[in-house]
Amino acid sequence: MVTQQFEAHVRQEPSGVIIDLVGQIDSQAEEALNTAYAEADATAKQVIVLNFSAVEYINSTGIALVVGLLAQARKAHRELRVFGLSDHYMEIFRITRLADFMSIHQDEAGALAS
Amino acid sequence: MSVETRTFWQRLTGQGRVRSESAKPDAQDRPMITLRPPVEIAPDDPLVAYFLSNPGSVEVNRLNMDSPALRALKEEGVQMAVPLVSQGELIGLLSLGPRLSEQEYSTDDRRLLDNLAAQAAPALRVAQLARQQQAAAAERERIEQELRVARVIQQTLLPKQVPDIPAWRLEAFWQPARAVGGDFYDFIALPDGRLCIIVADVTDKGIPAALVMASARSVLRSAAEGYPSPGQILARANDLLCPDMPPKMFVTCLCVVLDAHTGHCLVANAGHNLPILRNAGGAVELRATGMPLGLMPGMVYEEVEADIAPGERLVLYSDGIVEAHSPQREMFGFGRLQELVGAHHGGALIEHLLADLAGFTGPEWEQEDDVTFLLIKRLGTKNKKSQLADRPDARIIAAFQVDSAPGNERMAMLRIAESLVELNLETRAVDRIKTAVAEATMNAMEHGNQYDPDKPVQIEAAVIGDKLVVHITDEGNNGPAITNVTPDLDLKLAGQQTARGWGLFLIQNMVDELNIIDGEHEHTLELVIHLQGGSDGNTAV
Repeated sequence: MVTQQFEAHVRQEPSGVIIDLVGQIDSQAEEALNTAYAEADATAKQVIVLNFSAVEYINSTGIALVVGLLAQARKAHRELRVFGLSDHYMEIFRITRLADFMSIHQDEAGALAS
Repeated sequence: MSVETRTFWQRLTGQGRVRSESAKPDAQDRPMITLRPPVEIAPDDPLVAYFLSNPGSVEVNRLNMDSPALRALKEEGVQMAVPLVSQGELIGLLSLGPRLSEQEYSTDDRRLLDNLAAQAAPALRVAQLARQQQAAAAERERIEQELRVARVIQQTLLPKQVPDIPAWRLEAFWQPARAVGGDFYDFIALPDGRLCIIVADVTDKGIPAALVMASARSVLRSAAEGYPSPGQILARANDLLCPDMPPKMFVTCLCVVLDAHTGHCLVANAGHNLPILRNAGGAVELRATGMPLGLMPGMVYEEVEADIAPGERLVLYSDGIVEAHSPQREMFGFGRLQELVGAHHGGALIEHLLADLAGFTGPEWEQEDDVTFLLIKRLGTKNKKSQLADRPDARIIAAFQVDSAPGNERMAMLRIAESLVELNLETRAVDRIKTAVAEATMNAMEHGNQYDPDKPVQIEAAVIGDKLVVHITDEGNNGPAITNVTPDLDLKLAGQQTARGWGLFLIQNMVDELNIIDGEHEHTLELVIHLQGGSDGNTAV
């Protein structure tokens, strides 16, 4: 099946660094996701925000990748926030309890507001 | 010096014959220089042996032997000849006419000529070698260019992709020999919906083979449009090819017409290798015979028929593999190929055959001929019964397969979503079912089928009463990865549990019931969703 290649782009804002995620988060996304996280980590910003607005599909492997990022962030005493999740994936973040460890916001402004 | 009056320059040609050339007469008041036509000295002329054993200038008129070259030199008026010898080989001749003063050549003249010859010979030899190398390089480049053209012709004419037929998997492998053999294959959709599959081999190599291949391919395509059976297609193609076939060339060709709905196939053969059917009884050759195409018109091609059942496969191939040699010059052979096909279970048959071939030929093998394989595999498990169709009141809304390949769970997810449209479920309910089906399909592909491309995942959905029941069935011996370990995010974040292991947990949370049905050769995850008043909002509108 032809699928869009996953991409992750890092951009800095005054109150945090944002990783814009595009495509599907599955096993194919691992390298790009970890590279982007490492780039965000290198900025030394306290808040790292994952933008899911352009993510159309997350499978269980993708959830595991997000868990991996969360573990890294907690180790480094960083705060991981997310926005742009669809209702369905918001539910999955609640079921998996990811929502207990990452604040979920409607939009970028909400995620960057302290 | 009077040698300027008339000068002849002789040299050996690349073919080992000695020739002389001359310059045109110069202006009237200057010493006249005449270039004469070349004098050929054959390698076996006794003059050659004489010059090799008597280096140094020699007066031609004093020589007396039965030599055509000597006669020619005398006829040309050559008086003095100085052999140019390099590394024991006569490579040319300085030949001079009478001095302008009409005096004899002096001892000094001859010494000077000998010195000149001693220096000119190696220089001439170097020049000759350089020219030979240039010619050889140009010839090599010409041959390489021809091979490139032949390869481009061949590649251009091969199908860009294999047909995508539901419940079938077709694979093609083609590896040209360096010299570019004449293998080709083709898939032609027949007007009645069946598929014509061709594999062929043109005798000869390089551009001639590529051109005949192009012609044969067109002729076979044209014949397939008008004739419904492989025997007729080959007979018609043979009649069309015969008038224009170059001498000593012909085309071996196997033609299979497949009905993908029933698995029935007809096979006709024009002198090609017999196809191998791998079925429950092992690997059997489908023995159809006939003359190669292009030899003589009016040929009749017998047809054999066979049925390819789910799980069975047909292997077509060219002689590049069976005629491959080991370092001990043993041939790979038909028997070995048939045994390999018969003994192999599961997917990746072509990779398996190529690995065996590589082991047989060794790493230094220079591929002698093109190697071509076509694999025609009918997917599915034989006599597989639908469990859902047998249930009373079941209304099947989806039944399909997806190949076990990473990412294909999305295909299953989208197909199931299409079938849910008629149920008018809320978006949230649809999203939950999609996630459950995607995760169950991933589980079946990865753990059940271990991503074996020959093992598809069967997906069925039915409405039974007020429930939607979805079956996701693999063909593996391992079964779905059922674990009792509930993923615990605290432990995962603390590194005490793997970050993975969410699949079954997600499925359980997306559906109302999850059942596991173990069969003898398959495992099924049964997802049950309550359509009316389901606890998780799967409410029909």
